[in-house]
Amino acid sequence: MRKKSFIEGFAAIPHVVWLILFVILPLVFVVYFAFTGPDGSFSFENVANLSRYGHIFVLSICFALISTVICLLIGYPLAYFMSKTKPKTQKMLVILLMLPMWISLLIRTYSLMAILDNGGLLNSLLESLGITRVHIVGTPGAVILGMVYDFLPYMVLPIYTSLSKLDIKYYEAANDLGAGNCKTLFKVAFPLSLPGVISGITMVFVPSISTFYISQKLGGGLFDLIGDTIEREFQNVSTYNIGAAISLVMMILILISVAVMNHFSEGDDNEGGIIV
Amino acid sequence: MKVLSRIYIPLVFVLLYMPIIIVILFSFNEAGSMSHFEGVSLKWYVELFEDETALKALGNSLNLAITSSLIATVIGTLAAFGINKMRSRWLSGAIRSITNIPMMNPDIVTGVSMMLVFVAAISIPFLNLKFGHTTMLIAHTTFSLPYVILSVLPRFQQMDKSLSEAALDLGCSPAKAFFKVELPLVIPGVLSGLLLGFTLSLDDFVISHFVSSPDYQTLPLYIYNQTAHQVKYSMYALCALMVFAILALLFVVNFAGTIGNSKKAKMHRVR
Amino acid sequence: MKKITSIILMLLVICSLVFTSCGKNEEETEDLGDAITLYVYNWGEYISDGYDDSVDVNAEFEKYCREVLHKNVVVNYSTYSSNEDMYAKVSSGVLPTYDVIFPSDYMAARMISEGMLEPINPKENIENYENIDDSFRGMYYDEEEMYTVPYTCGTVGIIYNSAIVDEEDTGSWDLLWNDKYSGNIIQFNNPRDAFGSVQYYLSKDVNSSDENEWRECLEKLIEQKPILQCYAMDEVFNKMKGSSAAIAPYYAGDYFTMYEDNEDLSFYHPEEGTNIFVDVMCVPKNAGHKDLAIEYINFMLSEEIAVANAEYICYASPNKLVRENEEYIEYMTEEVHEDAMEILYGVFEDEEYIEKMQYYHALPGETLSLMNDLWEELKLQSNISTSIYIICIVIVVALVTLFVVRFIIKKKRAKCVNECTTK
Repeated sequence: MRKKSFIEGFAAIPHVVWLILFVILPLVFVVYFAFTGPDGSFSFENVANLSRYGHIFVLSICFALISTVICLLIGYPLAYFMSKTKPKTQKMLVILLMLPMWISLLIRTYSLMAILDNGGLLNSLLESLGITRVHIVGTPGAVILGMVYDFLPYMVLPIYTSLSKLDIKYYEAANDLGAGNCKTLFKVAFPLSLPGVISGITMVFVPSISTFYISQKLGGGLFDLIGDTIEREFQNVSTYNIGAAISLVMMILILISVAVMNHFSEGDDNEGGIIV
Repeated sequence: MKVLSRIYIPLVFVLLYMPIIIVILFSFNEAGSMSHFEGVSLKWYVELFEDETALKALGNSLNLAITSSLIATVIGTLAAFGINKMRSRWLSGAIRSITNIPMMNPDIVTGVSMMLVFVAAISIPFLNLKFGHTTMLIAHTTFSLPYVILSVLPRFQQMDKSLSEAALDLGCSPAKAFFKVELPLVIPGVLSGLLLGFTLSLDDFVISHFVSSPDYQTLPLYIYNQTAHQVKYSMYALCALMVFAILALLFVVNFAGTIGNSKKAKMHRVR
Repeated sequence: MKKITSIILMLLVICSLVFTSCGKNEEETEDLGDAITLYVYNWGEYISDGYDDSVDVNAEFEKYCREVLHKNVVVNYSTYSSNEDMYAKVSSGVLPTYDVIFPSDYMAARMISEGMLEPINPKENIENYENIDDSFRGMYYDEEEMYTVPYTCGTVGIIYNSAIVDEEDTGSWDLLWNDKYSGNIIQFNNPRDAFGSVQYYLSKDVNSSDENEWRECLEKLIEQKPILQCYAMDEVFNKMKGSSAAIAPYYAGDYFTMYEDNEDLSFYHPEEGTNIFVDVMCVPKNAGHKDLAIEYINFMLSEEIAVANAEYICYASPNKLVRENEEYIEYMTEEVHEDAMEILYGVFEDEEYIEKMQYYHALPGETLSLMNDLWEELKLQSNISTSIYIICIVIVVALVTLFVVRFIIKKKRAKCVNECTTK
């Protein structure tokens, strides 16, 4: 074998240094802050105090779960129908779907709020139709609506990608063997697109569990989610420690759930062979 | 099924685009209100271009996006090259999984963790660090890096190894082999990484929110501050302009054909 | 391939063009030597900034420095939305060292006691300090007049939309607890003012250090939470202007800004009494350009600038020259609101009502952390209906059964396949 050249050996060094300084060190800091008091001494107090924030975690998980399920329910049919249209239409629809992903989340959330607000467009429309105003902003429904609206494209795209890769012969085979459209969808298309579904679920679940802008604007600050709590704790030097502890727990939670999800998707990959 | 699909697709897309279209429409509203439309005017656009804070934020945003994506591309391309050549699978695997951490972590955790480091670094006198441009640059480079590597590394892996070996045998120095043979082959990946870093940096709000200072604003931070205070209606004009810019960029890039790569990379975001 | 490269190059060129054009404005002033940057940290929307043909105070100051002081000064102006926010940023030393800050009275008191402010001795060093009305000198937070110069003063009152709220319900703090307007009420999004609203309502001492009293107030705030639309600070402007909310306690001066866009809005001082405050200008201890900061404060007190600010932000001014300025009085009564002078300055002359108004004082450390703790408790409190949890449980149960069923089917099938192959 050839001797390693200088450039090959050292090309990754800047990157490694960068990783150590700005990826690993920050995480070490989070752990350090989570296990120290404001005066810098070692303590478990922050972690012990976390029970106070227990229902915030439950609430955030609930919100994220519900919005993920709604995204899936809306997004899967959309992706399925999209994959069935003509190739030219498909290309255009994909661009249309990606456009909102590149528009700032702030703009999308704020415009949604401007419409749903008590004095917003929706209510002035309702009023002119003679229907009473509806209070939407400041309710849990508004937050979930915001999450669904903001993250729906993230659900549709991966599902669409895996569905569009499916060979049309699978459908034909299923039809030939006597399966109806519905049966084909549930027994053939869905299992085969599971990796896309899993990826879509993680891509909706992770941002919705950690969001703070959506709940601030659409929830009116009336119910804090994990993101809001972390953001508030980090506004004040004396509460950095508890904020770090909450971040740490959230990070671990998410890493575990992502790992579990990926495990499922790998398991299903193998299973795909068995079914077909 | 066909009928259902004909109704369903347009319905979802209309709902998805409704708020954005309404914002664009109302940015031309004479009245400066979100509840009634009075007449078409461009006055909010004129006002926007007279607003120095907004223009300065735009300048900062572009400056940051360009510099951070360039730095990330240089470091990332070199790293991808190095990782590809590494003999120890364990080492390259470890580097790759650590690289992916900022991509898997929620933005808010990345943001607060970097903020903690910067707060500590500020008390070290010889670093002379201040919150603002430097901290933002570091943060943006950090979260762009995994995307650059994600789009460059596969190019190196797919490359035929004998090519560079041939160059070496023919008397090229390793550096020359890298620049003359390998780099041209990975350029498409490098460019899509650059573009991805650029757009991500332009779009980032959460991480910037924690590592910036009040006197160094980027566009997303400017928008956040506007929505937290009294919103000037010129902000709607700004939003509309941003949507148009993204639309233009998306179409240009799509016709050039690179979007496929950057899209895939964005899809990998969480996984 | 070439295409992409050229597109990216084009983008870069366009971007760099934007930069150079952005950078140019600053270069014009280069002839007076290097620019000195004066860092000013103020409340959002708290200075006349040239919007809508008003005077751009910071630009005027830069001009003044160039022409009168022959210095090349650039004002770096940034904003905050609460005293606590400003305190956190200034005390953490995370930010550039600010030269001029604008805390409220109680925050100034706290910063003085913690030695965070520079003694600037305005009586000696600031020429225009004599313009300050006597009643705003030597206030409780700075009796010796060493550290602070009053910028604005004002009161908290309740703003309501007369198209939605009945006249008979108004007059007292209890409007904020009136469930008739559920979903239309906004409460302060900062602990001091939110707890204050209860303390005034219950006629309690806002500076009390009695833990039970604070807990009582928390009960009242928790009771209020279900009927609120949101906790908000400056978002109030848009909510009230657009009639998205009908009732909000806020600062008297800001009422006029909202009234300009929505004439249905009215304002009153609650009968139980309310908060009175003075926002002051001070120089933090580690400021980089103290002389220039003093110059800036002096500039803010000059008649023309003070009037411009008072007309723009609509807060009451402690500056004698402003209050006596005919043009200002005419502008406020005719352009802004016919009762403007009465609402802004009348309360300071109403002997009976002035007794009921209280300043916030700097709370002792223990009470302060108690208040923050209780505020946290309030924020964490959620009155989410159980339906959300039920839906969630249903989803989880459905998922689990799905996986279990799949698992069983898989096992069965594997068994089947095994049997088939062995046969």
